[in-house]
Amino acid sequence: MARVDAFAEPALRPRVWPRWNRLYGQTGPVAIFLIALFVVPVVMLLGISFLDSQGLPSLEHYKRLVEVPLYGRVLLTTIKVAICTTLLCVAGAYPVAYLLAISRGSARNWLIILVLMPFWTSFLVRTFAWIVLLGRKGAVNQILMAAGITDAPLQMIYNFAGVMIGMTHALMPLAILTLLAVMESVDPNLSKAAATMGARGGTRFWRIYFPLTMPGVASAALLVFITSLGFFITPALLGGPQNTMIVQLIIFQIREVLNWQFAGAIGVLLVMILMVIFLFYDRIFGLSVMGGNARGPKRAAGSRVRRCSVRAGNAITWALAYITDGLISVFSTLRRGKRAMGAGSRLGLYAACTLTLGFLALPTLFVLPVSFTSEAFLTWPPKLFSLQWYRSVFDSPVWLNAAARSFLVALTTATVAMFIALPCAFALSRNSFAGKSALFGLVVAPMIVPNIFIAVGLFFLFSRLGIAGTTFAVVLGHTVIVIPYVIVTVLAILKGYDRNLDHAAATMGADGTTTFRRVTFPLIRSGVIASFMFAFIISFDELTIALFVTGGRITTLPKLMYEDALLSVSPRLAAVASLLLVFMSIIILISELTRRKGGVRLAA
Amino acid sequence: MTERKHKLTIRGLTKRYGSVTALDHVDLDLADGEFLTMLGPSGSGKTTLLWSVAGLNQPDDGKIWIDGREATDVPASGRDIGMVFQNYALFPHMTVAENISFPLEMRKVSPPDRSRAIKRALEMVKLEHVGERFCNQLSGGQQQRIALARAFVANPSIVLMDEPLGALDKKLRDHLQLEIKRLHGQLGMTVLYVTHDQEEAMVMSDRICLMNQGRIEQIGTPDELYFRPKSLFVADFLGESNLIPGRVTGEEAGCLVLELPGFGTVRTRSTAPRPHGPDIVYFTRPESIGIHADAENKANRLQGRVSEVVVSGAITKLFVGIGDATLKISLLTSGSQRVRKGEPLTIGWDDDVGRVLSPSLMEAA
Repeated sequence: MARVDAFAEPALRPRVWPRWNRLYGQTGPVAIFLIALFVVPVVMLLGISFLDSQGLPSLEHYKRLVEVPLYGRVLLTTIKVAICTTLLCVAGAYPVAYLLAISRGSARNWLIILVLMPFWTSFLVRTFAWIVLLGRKGAVNQILMAAGITDAPLQMIYNFAGVMIGMTHALMPLAILTLLAVMESVDPNLSKAAATMGARGGTRFWRIYFPLTMPGVASAALLVFITSLGFFITPALLGGPQNTMIVQLIIFQIREVLNWQFAGAIGVLLVMILMVIFLFYDRIFGLSVMGGNARGPKRAAGSRVRRCSVRAGNAITWALAYITDGLISVFSTLRRGKRAMGAGSRLGLYAACTLTLGFLALPTLFVLPVSFTSEAFLTWPPKLFSLQWYRSVFDSPVWLNAAARSFLVALTTATVAMFIALPCAFALSRNSFAGKSALFGLVVAPMIVPNIFIAVGLFFLFSRLGIAGTTFAVVLGHTVIVIPYVIVTVLAILKGYDRNLDHAAATMGADGTTTFRRVTFPLIRSGVIASFMFAFIISFDELTIALFVTGGRITTLPKLMYEDALLSVSPRLAAVASLLLVFMSIIILISELTRRKGGVRLAA
Repeated sequence: MTERKHKLTIRGLTKRYGSVTALDHVDLDLADGEFLTMLGPSGSGKTTLLWSVAGLNQPDDGKIWIDGREATDVPASGRDIGMVFQNYALFPHMTVAENISFPLEMRKVSPPDRSRAIKRALEMVKLEHVGERFCNQLSGGQQQRIALARAFVANPSIVLMDEPLGALDKKLRDHLQLEIKRLHGQLGMTVLYVTHDQEEAMVMSDRICLMNQGRIEQIGTPDELYFRPKSLFVADFLGESNLIPGRVTGEEAGCLVLELPGFGTVRTRSTAPRPHGPDIVYFTRPESIGIHADAENKANRLQGRVSEVVVSGAITKLFVGIGDATLKISLLTSGSQRVRKGEPLTIGWDDDVGRVLSPSLMEAA
């Protein structure tokens, strides 16, 4: 009865914090952090491009950009590389995403792991794997020559082909995941409905399924294109001098010539290209399809450009439908089996997917045997077995220091990002307030803006503040690029959280803190841990920021690997790559296991 | 009914999913212009059957003829059918007119004929003005009508409907039931309809095919199924019924004499084939039983006491205790003549409204 009496107290405890105050507390740190360390440096970098060497307003750098033919050439190369990468990625990703969308259960889980494997493997390890595989003395050349197909080793890397292979490998998982999101929202009954109306396989695909997945194709293409414009590691390591991309020019201007203003001008050029692409994209597809739902375009409100492209698209898909149906009927009369028709196209799908998934998942594994070679050079097949390269890594203070620093940086970055981003994610997910969409735009912007801008801008800012070249500076830089990933993943977790559980806790007398501690957090914990691991991996593997912000004074593991790879590709690098591969796999396995466990709990 | 041409013939159709037999040697004939409803609990195989007819799944055994041609191995696209899906499956990237045009294009109908057919189809479903809209801009009921129009516009041999009204609210459902019936009559379509809603099946169908565990329990007019069920399952599935276990004790003057323990002796005309053993279940509908004056001069008369009265709108349900057993009676609710709980009551019914059923399913249920 004492309890009842306690409830009878007339004075109810008032809310200590007004709502808006709490909101400031939740969103303020992230907003201030990103404005100071993302908006300010990027704007500064772009701004100084309009100054001359004396600091007076001038357009001299832009004049130089236009007048010197080299820059136009590099720009064209960059766009060509980006277009080809986009085409290869989307074409390769489509069948795989389709297979993922139609498979169920454990088959699907395995496919996802295969697709995500390169996504999670260190970027440098992957690039390095291609060198092992495709170099003059690499596995592919040795096999071709042993089989007598070629006499001399083929030049497969350090040229355009090498850049294409590396970049397609790097970006295809992104295309697959984007397409998959849209394909999963397509009602499988639609194709069946078309069949009952008399549509054959080709018509069903080209006139029903493909147009419905078009938003996915478009957003996958946009994402891949934008990302590939900002690439420099792959072209630097797998390309030749003629494949120089625009970001490499920026790096050259800063690291070799120290011409910040001109670097800024190149940056403005890149931003302008991005704007043009977004504008063009919006005209045809509408930026709303970026959300990735499979709804038809609102044709009535369309611009002339869009109407024309819709008409052209219709004509193309009709023609393709006609051709495919024709081919299928020829094929099935040859096979003389009506039931074989479906099996035939299924076989083609499996073949395409096996090739693509093999391309995505296998190359990395070639690093492992090479690291155990007893020779001083990379050869295939490696002369086994020696641990000398592992010994040399563990005996080298440079490598050990770099690894320790990377670990420390990643751990600190993930922790800091978690602490400031988690409250912000809660605010974004549970409240509607003025400036919410602006805040959301701000927090995801570092994911869209090429990292090179952030890196160069931060270097510029940090050198003025005198903190460039410190571990602290690297942590700050990494936190900027990790925040969007943390917020996006936590938002996804919170979306699946039933808020009535919190309300229920409140009706039972739990206050805000207790509810969070006893109900909310235990339920989202595994998701938060996975998000933390994600942040850790991104920071641990990050090169661009580290390359600049460290200012050459200190080094992280990716930076050391990159510089080592630029000089010479040695088996020691293979040993480092193998260690990294194992380390990352363990982390991913742990985060995957916690995620699955948590998933079961939320579902139950 | 005169013998008409069969639009659909199914023989020995069998479909298994792993160890589950979804269809177990099903035979079915569908006459030209007939409206046949597949009815049954979920998992009874009615949708599997429909999808087999559509060519959307591959049966393990048996044959299907559509419009006299064997269609077992013909893909869905070659079967000349129209189908309404449960969630409508309207193409979201096409306008209403483009959706309706699709089956016509697939049949290579010329553009002028096509636009005429689309216009007429839209008129038939009373949605002339929405042709240029996208389907997600329409209400649920409108989408349903467009799905209907798309299914019948090309004049297919059979129109298949897979629970087409399942997603709508009760009022709209009632309205569209009549609408579909009207379209069926006007267009002379042959319809194979699937539903789990028995009222819907009763309202719409020429014949109902009641399925259970992959087999056909009974096929016949709604009236036949309701008043002359052939099995306990049918009697129990449709509507409300009194099912009383008992024994056949004799036969006199064309009537079976039944001894129902705790209940008394009941006579019933032996119209149906007699169950094999002496153990039977006696079946009557609650609305076949009369009280007071309506109970006079009936072949079966009993005395009981009212144990519960439930007024559910137009119908009043009485639970009458007779001996140890309870009998359900449904009456039209009357303003003046009310029956009160605890009141003694004389009840009676004719000897031709009851049925004698084999009890085999009673044990299972």
